[in-house]
Amino acid sequence: MKRRTFLQQSTAATALVTIGGFGLQSFNTATKSKKITILHTNDVHSHIDPFAPDASRNANQGGVARRASLVEAIRNENPNTLLLDAGDIFQGTPYFNYYGGELEFKLMSKMKYDAATIGNHDFDNGIDGLYAQLPHAKFQFLSANYNFKNTVMDTHVKPYQVFLKDGLKIGVFGLGIKLNGLVDKKMYKETEYLDPIESTQEMTHILKEEEACDLIVCLSHLGYYYKKNPKRICDLLLAKSTKDIDLIIGGHTHTFLPKPTVAQNSVGKNVLVNQVGCYGINLGRIDFYFDADKNKTADGASIIV
Amino acid sequence: MKRKTFFLFLIAIGLFSCKQEPYSLSKIEGGQIPVSDTLKAHQEFEDLIKPYRDKINRDMDGVLSYAPETYSKSDGKLNTAIGNLMADIVYEQGNLVFKKRTGKDIDAVILNHGGIRSIISKGNITTRTAFEVMPFENSIVVIALKGRQIDSMTHYLSLAKRAHPVNGLKLTLDKDYNIKESLIQGKTIESDKVYYLATNDYLYNGGDGMRFFKPNDSTYVLDYKIRNAMIDYFKKVDTIKPSKDDRFTQTQ
Repeated sequence: MKRRTFLQQSTAATALVTIGGFGLQSFNTATKSKKITILHTNDVHSHIDPFAPDASRNANQGGVARRASLVEAIRNENPNTLLLDAGDIFQGTPYFNYYGGELEFKLMSKMKYDAATIGNHDFDNGIDGLYAQLPHAKFQFLSANYNFKNTVMDTHVKPYQVFLKDGLKIGVFGLGIKLNGLVDKKMYKETEYLDPIESTQEMTHILKEEEACDLIVCLSHLGYYYKKNPKRICDLLLAKSTKDIDLIIGGHTHTFLPKPTVAQNSVGKNVLVNQVGCYGINLGRIDFYFDADKNKTADGASIIV
Repeated sequence: MKRKTFFLFLIAIGLFSCKQEPYSLSKIEGGQIPVSDTLKAHQEFEDLIKPYRDKINRDMDGVLSYAPETYSKSDGKLNTAIGNLMADIVYEQGNLVFKKRTGKDIDAVILNHGGIRSIISKGNITTRTAFEVMPFENSIVVIALKGRQIDSMTHYLSLAKRAHPVNGLKLTLDKDYNIKESLIQGKTIESDKVYYLATNDYLYNGGDGMRFFKPNDSTYVLDYKIRNAMIDYFKKVDTIKPSKDDRFTQTQ
């Protein structure tokens, strides 16, 4: 307790000294606030072009080149931005039928996606079809619960990655949906599906305790919620059954949420769950504000959705 | 101990003059931004997409055949012109491969009504038409089934009361949807005879509740996509002439 007081006094002194010494730069230090922006998509399904003006649904919406302008503007506003995708990049337009995902990966790389997880449709040309497109992907594939050891994807997918932005550590891990019954075995071959909750427990332990992350993000293709099968693992169940995740970015169910869901984890802390429908119609944006005010803790973070 | 910590702390200040404090999360703001036509398309991305788009558009708009009418899957109760066309294409194109590989003929075809994803509009039929009607990558599978399992299939059809496309099968229901007559290739179904039934891999694996394909005597995966079968068929037929007929009907 005594030490804590001392620390506070010392830092206050340091801050004052710095203000005197460095002008504007030190003013930023004095505000002691940092902002991390997380942008995300899911289930884009090869929708590179916007929907046609005469389309019966989603007319004039979406389009990768428009999304690129939006992402660029947000990055200019806050360079401490991560861009993530929650899977099902492939399948849905002739771009995939013709080029097997080459253009999807090239565009995501050019847009500087940081990471993506793997959706069931990303196996639509078989695991070999996914592997064949890897040279076009300059972003990291993340999956903590697909064991690719006995497949061509071995060593090309990591369970998690830690990104350093403005001195803050953001741990991102991926989760995939159960493939048996959803994808033909001849497509996913020896990919082994592991329990998402157990994988999450392992990931959050590593990211929280070993990597000391300031923020933990789960990139999930499990699906938001299954009304007809409420016990099936989904993002809402995952949020409730685990701890230490700050944000779950979801996919698979093509769920258009009017706003991100605030769920409670196993120890009663808030977890944000978001999903932005499909086909690149929306870009998800979550801003995390950090400050050095020691009186505040993560529990007390205010959430505005 | 306390002393040690204190010195470490001083060193920390020295090294990271303004990053010595643990930052904690204070506020989260979340939402989504619509990617709408008010956003300007990024030119560098447009330039990267263009050659791919142009190639696809050239291919997609090549004329393959001609449709004298507009055909929709909703223009019939238990069979439709477009559904009959689909089943007939799977029979005709699938049998070319199946016969070459096995020396046998396909006896019947079953597809699902929901698998017809678009109308065929009156006018030119292009590759795009095939992609619109059949966007999925499903392939033709031929299954050797005993007659008694064909009975499970006709039972399924009588309960479904939908215009699931068929070929080689003649199924007549009475006014209460009970099976009145069911024939394969014009003959009564024999319970121990083996029939070769063509479908797609999605249905074979239980899609649309079709659980009568398993167990079976053998399965032949033709590695021939339904959409490619359509494109190949359109290429050789100048004008399609699908029609509603008596293959799956209900008597009053």
